[in-house]
Amino acid sequence: MDVLFGNLGEFLTRFGGTIGLFVCSAIASLILGVILAAMRVSPVPAMRATGTVYVTLLRNTPLTLVLFFFALGFTKLFFYLPFFLLAVIGLSLYTAAFVCETVRGGISTVSEGQAEAARALGFGFTQTLTLVVLPQAVRSVMPPLTSVQIALLKNTTVAAGFSVFEAGGFYRAVNERGGSTLVALLWVALGFIVLVIPLTVLQRRLEKRWSVAR
Amino acid sequence: MSAPTAVLFDVPGPRARARNTVAGAVTLAVVLALLGVLVWRLAATGQLDARVWEWVLYENVQLAILDGLIKTLQAFATGAVLALALGALLALGRLSDHRPLRSVCSTVVELFRAVPLVVLMFLFYYGLPSAGINVSTFVAVVLGLMLYNGAVLAEVFRAGVLAVPRGQSEAAYALGMRKSGVMRFVLLPQAVRSMLPSIVSQLVVLLKDTALGFLITYPELLFQAQFLGSNAALGSPLIPVALVVAVIYITLCLLLSALANWLERRSRRNPAVIAVAIERPDDA
Repeated sequence: MDVLFGNLGEFLTRFGGTIGLFVCSAIASLILGVILAAMRVSPVPAMRATGTVYVTLLRNTPLTLVLFFFALGFTKLFFYLPFFLLAVIGLSLYTAAFVCETVRGGISTVSEGQAEAARALGFGFTQTLTLVVLPQAVRSVMPPLTSVQIALLKNTTVAAGFSVFEAGGFYRAVNERGGSTLVALLWVALGFIVLVIPLTVLQRRLEKRWSVAR
Repeated sequence: MSAPTAVLFDVPGPRARARNTVAGAVTLAVVLALLGVLVWRLAATGQLDARVWEWVLYENVQLAILDGLIKTLQAFATGAVLALALGALLALGRLSDHRPLRSVCSTVVELFRAVPLVVLMFLFYYGLPSAGINVSTFVAVVLGLMLYNGAVLAEVFRAGVLAVPRGQSEAAYALGMRKSGVMRFVLLPQAVRSMLPSIVSQLVVLLKDTALGFLITYPELLFQAQFLGSNAALGSPLIPVALVVAVIYITLCLLLSALANWLERRSRRNPAVIAVAIERPDDA
């Protein structure tokens, strides 16, 4: 308890950093992921190929390596950016590949008749996708998408290995003040459990409420 | 997962064909521009100079990278075997008829799925010494991989066993088999075949997660990359080394993913395999 209350400010700031990183990356990865998914089902071969190559590359690269590049290589190659932004870019690029695959899986759960009816009404690809298929895919996509975002929340700790603003680095601050590293890390673990549980509950609820018999 | 791409649009007519060609050209131009900027920056910052690529020729450097690769594979193999064993045990526990055992196993699974793997590794490597227990980086990495992936695999196993049609176990009980017999001779053999692709995809995740060992200084591939990359005598070739290491990781993961896809295709061809789409746990 002493370890937590003696360093409560530090603990909360760091979890604030984690949540900030999570929210920014979640929004960016959702936008990019949906665009990639649209590219992968589009009628343009070049777009499909680009989407496929992107997803294949990013899904088969360890996140640590992605962040390794952004933490240590990016400034060398391009220009200076604060690490928070670099971490957001790295996490979003990585997570977008998983979002894309989830959304694409959701698109395939919408029954073919829906898209066929849309085409019969004279809708083009963009209209079919945005007005008919995607709104219906949202329902079946929500639960797996929440899993992807929970994974993202946990993945923010990888960024802690490269910098210090994040919850994963809490133990270092405690250690410097002579506190027990073990206890500090147990508190961090507990903090994550507390953050993940509401998301899991939300996921179960969405699953129950939105599951439809097709 | 196969998306019904052909359903979302009609066979293009002349106008749509023209539009698609333009869209394709724009996509290509954007991709080429991005790649161009990357290559230009690489060249402009001297990352393509011969000097920072010289290390490829040095035997010691090659051996160091090979050593990192072996360390990565060691952690992967040990972690995979232990995670599979733990996953099987936890899944059996969660499927048990005894309520206390079931709830203990559920708690363990939920716990280790909620705690980030990095925090687990930090706990073992940086945390345990303050309790007087010192573990090597290898043990910390393997323990973390085992607990996290074991918990995920337990869910895969459980889903696989539950996906076997109920009639199978009912028939087995009707033949007078006992619980362990039903599980061993009827449920598991059928479940394993339908689960195999999911298991291999989780192993890809495990392989990628070995790179987290870098953060606790386990001398695996990425750690070697940073070590070599900061070597001033070689011209600090951080980006060249990282590129090579990335290629190695991607190749390894692609090989494993190819195995998963092959298994999935094979099982889809075989009518005896239960056609249940178990959610692939590839979200990390």
